[in-house]
Amino acid sequence: MSYQIIKVNNLVKKYDNEVVVDNINFYVNSEEFVTILGPSGCGKTTTLRMIGGFEVPDGGEILFKDKRVNDIPSNKRDVNTVFQKYALFPHLNIYENIAFGLRIKKIKESEIKNRVREALEMVRLVGYEKRSINAISGGQQQRVAIARAIVNKPKVLLLDEPLGALDLKLRKTMQIELKRMQQQLGITFIYVTHDQEEALTMSDTIIVMNDGKIQQIGTPIDIYNEPENAFVADFIGESNIFDGVMKEDYKIFFENGTFECVDSGFNKNENVDVVIRPEDINLSSNIDDGILGKVKSVIFKGVHYEMVVETNFNKWLIHSTKCFKIGEKVSIFFTPEDIHIMRKGE
Amino acid sequence: MFGKILDKPFIFWSVLFTLIPLCLIVFFCFTTSPFGLDQVDYSFSLENLQKVFEPMYMKIMLKSFQLALIATVICLLLGYPLAYKIANTSMKWQQVMVMLVVVPMWMNFLLRTYAWLLILGTNGYFNMFLDFIGLPKIEILFTDAAVVLGMVYNFLPFMVLPIFTVLRKMDNKLVDAARDLGATDSVIFRRIIFPLSIPGIVSGVSMVFMPAASTFVISSLLGGGQYMLIGNLIEEQFMRIGDWHFGSALSIILMVFILISMIIMNKYDSDEGSSGLW
Amino acid sequence: MVKKHISRIYTGLIFFFLYAPIFILILFSFNEKKNLTKISGFTLKWYFELFKDRQIMQAIYYTFIIAIIASIIATIIGTLAAIGLHNRKKSKRKTALLTINKIPMMSPDIVTAIALMSFFIYINQKFSFFELGFGTLLIAHITFNIPYVILSVMPKLKQMPLNTVEAAMDLGASQFYAFRKVVLPEIFPGIITGLLIAFTMSIDDFVISFFTTGHGISNISILVFSSARVGINPKINALSTLLFITVMFLLILINKRTKKV
Repeated sequence: MSYQIIKVNNLVKKYDNEVVVDNINFYVNSEEFVTILGPSGCGKTTTLRMIGGFEVPDGGEILFKDKRVNDIPSNKRDVNTVFQKYALFPHLNIYENIAFGLRIKKIKESEIKNRVREALEMVRLVGYEKRSINAISGGQQQRVAIARAIVNKPKVLLLDEPLGALDLKLRKTMQIELKRMQQQLGITFIYVTHDQEEALTMSDTIIVMNDGKIQQIGTPIDIYNEPENAFVADFIGESNIFDGVMKEDYKIFFENGTFECVDSGFNKNENVDVVIRPEDINLSSNIDDGILGKVKSVIFKGVHYEMVVETNFNKWLIHSTKCFKIGEKVSIFFTPEDIHIMRKGE
Repeated sequence: MFGKILDKPFIFWSVLFTLIPLCLIVFFCFTTSPFGLDQVDYSFSLENLQKVFEPMYMKIMLKSFQLALIATVICLLLGYPLAYKIANTSMKWQQVMVMLVVVPMWMNFLLRTYAWLLILGTNGYFNMFLDFIGLPKIEILFTDAAVVLGMVYNFLPFMVLPIFTVLRKMDNKLVDAARDLGATDSVIFRRIIFPLSIPGIVSGVSMVFMPAASTFVISSLLGGGQYMLIGNLIEEQFMRIGDWHFGSALSIILMVFILISMIIMNKYDSDEGSSGLW
Repeated sequence: MVKKHISRIYTGLIFFFLYAPIFILILFSFNEKKNLTKISGFTLKWYFELFKDRQIMQAIYYTFIIAIIASIIATIIGTLAAIGLHNRKKSKRKTALLTINKIPMMSPDIVTAIALMSFFIYINQKFSFFELGFGTLLIAHITFNIPYVILSVMPKLKQMPLNTVEAAMDLGASQFYAFRKVVLPEIFPGIITGLLIAFTMSIDDFVISFFTTGHGISNISILVFSSARVGINPKINALSTLLFITVMFLLILINKRTKKV
């Protein structure tokens, strides 16, 4: 049965009078993979550190299973952390690094042996017990750090941008691995990253943060398809954001024309932001219909072509598997469902 | 909490045995005790400081700084080439040579000075040698020259090591780049190597000048009983004459002067107090 | 080519300059007769005289005992201080403490010496405490040793991988446990280096010891100073030789350590 394992109420953190975490509220369900996503400096790591007990909140409270933990130091919380730079103990070998937390709990040697082995199996590093941590690769160090944390069977695992130092292919492998581990172990994961693709891949829920404030909370699909404001629309995936006027419900005016859309609830003739994803746009050389524009640049990205098409009113960013030539005249097509309307300045 | 008590012993110790004694000296500097040390007159007085500036004592101060300066310059002139040579030897020999420079430093300072007593005396080894090759004997002991010699001998390694450390860390690619641009050896030295070694020079100078200016062992042993530098003067005031106030004033002036020279030199030093000794 | 020879000769001359006095001392420790002017025959008698001389042996004893105790205490205080200071956030207080730490190192020996001496005598007059003797000598040595320890340990602390102490606490360690099991092993080489430096500083000290000792307690340096003013003493030469060997030994030891580290 799922419950709110962690609740954050009105959390505030200041450094030298600068507000880094600005009155945020959210909860985390048990056994969920939650990602706090945002650009550098948005307060996500600080939030994570407060949950872990490494920073003391200046305001608000953190509840762990409905119990206030603000004043409980990190070594007494049933939470373990995987640090960004791994923070492995250099003078101990892999076995001792992983066993560290168990030894503190004065667990029997035989049980330690079993649990370390279990953890090594989970991260696929069996046989590496006696190795020095300096003799393994970055990816392997990362896995040791994870093993060291999960061997303690915490209720919640905090991960602070753990995959940052790995190369692309390894990162993608580890993302899948982490998701698998989380589901197998049934532990709640709170993951912090600035990589939106990573967040979309692994998370059950994403909390988007910027400037110390929460911008949106939702599933990956929600966040991607229904961004609630311009920041989220721009941060997640790529977006075209245009100025528009909401003529009436379901009718948006931009690009010197009125188009059907699926949003309502705005004031008549309200100024709004119009968001359309580059991959939702189609181009055609048949220029009798649609919005007319000229291709300004074409970049091959492997997965698709990234093209900029200039109309009389806007510059459009388009992702398409069809290639067009620079200078070519094209028409821009999209469906009403592809248009997202947002209040200005949210 | 364990974490909170960690530096408390240190704070307690430093305040009690570093800060307070220093404050005591400042206190003595600005007070007098006309009726003996156990009845200090607590009124503020500049008498002691004024006494420092009397001609008799200024002469001694100036002489100390003068000799220290000469010794420092000699150390620089002798030490820089040595540091340069060591920095340019192969790794294998480098370590050996560095150790050779360091060993005398670690020999007891007094014994090293005492050795010169044996060498420089009228019947000392040096004169013995001169006699042997038919030259007349020289009276070096108990002169300024002997004191400067003692200073140079004792402090030369302190000049060599910082310069060596900086030279060693220097990027060889800079020299290569200069050569590539057509510079000759002398230009390379003048415009690249020497300027970049200045932090080391500054470090070395401060490690020679200060102890040289404030020495009292070298001047006492090699200068003789009547020979007075600041260090001897201070020792005399505290140990024999008993005028702690004047002695403190001298100490404060000495400290201030050294502090000023350190601050001036720190402007040229980019390194943050590197312990280039080891 | 000429350049190379000149530089070689130059280096040789400098090293000759540095070592000649020491070797002369050593050489004449084996000399039969006391006087300087002739080499009269090889003998080890001065070494035996050395060991029979109570005053010298006592000085040697005190030198080492003070060095050992002072360096150990300074290492303990200094190591804890380095960790405490390292953990402090940048603040005026931290800067102040670091500056205070530098004071003994930055001040001329003689000023530190008379400051301590005046302090001891003054307190002794008022409170009959800190009478000049073994205790004050020890206190003085600890005082000037602590900065060297702190300066040896702090770099090691800065080199520690980020977050390891937090990681230890995250895994359930108390602050003391984390200190014992994570920090200490990491900084241990720095502690040992600090200990050795402090030890060497103490062995060699003259000025501070001269002013802060009492009750007839001497160390080697003070002894040489008093003897030297009287005249030549071949026993001192013998002592020099033994000390030279000790220093060489210690240095090779430290060298091996820094190579390992």
